[in-house]
Amino acid sequence: MTQGVGVMGVYVRDQDEALKFYVEKLGFRVHTDSKNGDYRWLTVQHPDQPSFQLGLYKPGPPVLDARTAQTLGEIVAKGAMPPLVLVVDDCRVAFDRMRKAGVEFTQEPVTRYGSTDASFRDPSGNGWKMIEARKS
Amino acid sequence: MPVCWHKMCAMQPSLDPNLLRRLLRAKDRMDVASHEEWPVERLARVSRVSPAHFARSFKDAFGVPPHRYLLTRRIERAKALLRDTDQPITDIAFQTGWKSLGTFGRIFRDITGESPGELRLREKVAPHDFDRVPACFLIAAHRPDLKTAVLEKRRREARAENEPNKKEVP
Repeated sequence: MTQGVGVMGVYVRDQDEALKFYVEKLGFRVHTDSKNGDYRWLTVQHPDQPSFQLGLYKPGPPVLDARTAQTLGEIVAKGAMPPLVLVVDDCRVAFDRMRKAGVEFTQEPVTRYGSTDASFRDPSGNGWKMIEARKS
Repeated sequence: MPVCWHKMCAMQPSLDPNLLRRLLRAKDRMDVASHEEWPVERLARVSRVSPAHFARSFKDAFGVPPHRYLLTRRIERAKALLRDTDQPITDIAFQTGWKSLGTFGRIFRDITGESPGELRLREKVAPHDFDRVPACFLIAAHRPDLKTAVLEKRRREARAENEPNKKEVP
């Protein structure tokens, strides 16, 4: 695939904390981590998904003024950003592994509508739905 | 904490994101177990703040007091069960955390404008194609919007009944 969405990102309260979470607890890999003054472009990638990067951005200067950054920080911490979906082969296995690693689950695995799903949040407040891939 | 002192300004004082993150934890706990009892003391412990501070901050953060938020979540679950199952209404009431069928029916009507039985009948008649939407988002999409207090809603309805329709018809 050469065309399509390459990067989408989430706002995080602390990029080091987010990096640790997505890499050490979720098993993502760092794709790009480059600093330019106060600005840090940081993206991670799911090991099975080389064509997509998830950006971990801290809202703030020089891109955003302090008040806008504060507002965005509040919105993220309130869990009001759009939901994200992580697809896994086995929801219960992933749940056990991630919970042991210290991931904050907001819903334990539930089997319904022919699939199993659970929910968790990253340290900043971004909400993820973890859904088991349907076996076809 | 920056606060807008202008009296007419409706801007909320900004809250510390770290506090908001902890308040979100209490909201998440209500979301996943809305059938349980959630007194302010219990919620405040989840958020690691004092009960008085919790109630005030939760409303500042999420626009409704914690108890009212809990009621909307219970009604939402009840609506889903009425729609998706054939369980008796009494079972649904107790399963979603109500101690009496009377209270359930009253709050249900206050929030949704109809009785549980009416909603079930209407949903059974109207076909829908929700199969392709994840259940969690579907539930969120159908969450009742409880911005006004239940009593205020009743007062408004009473006023509307007392005042004949003044709208001019062309």
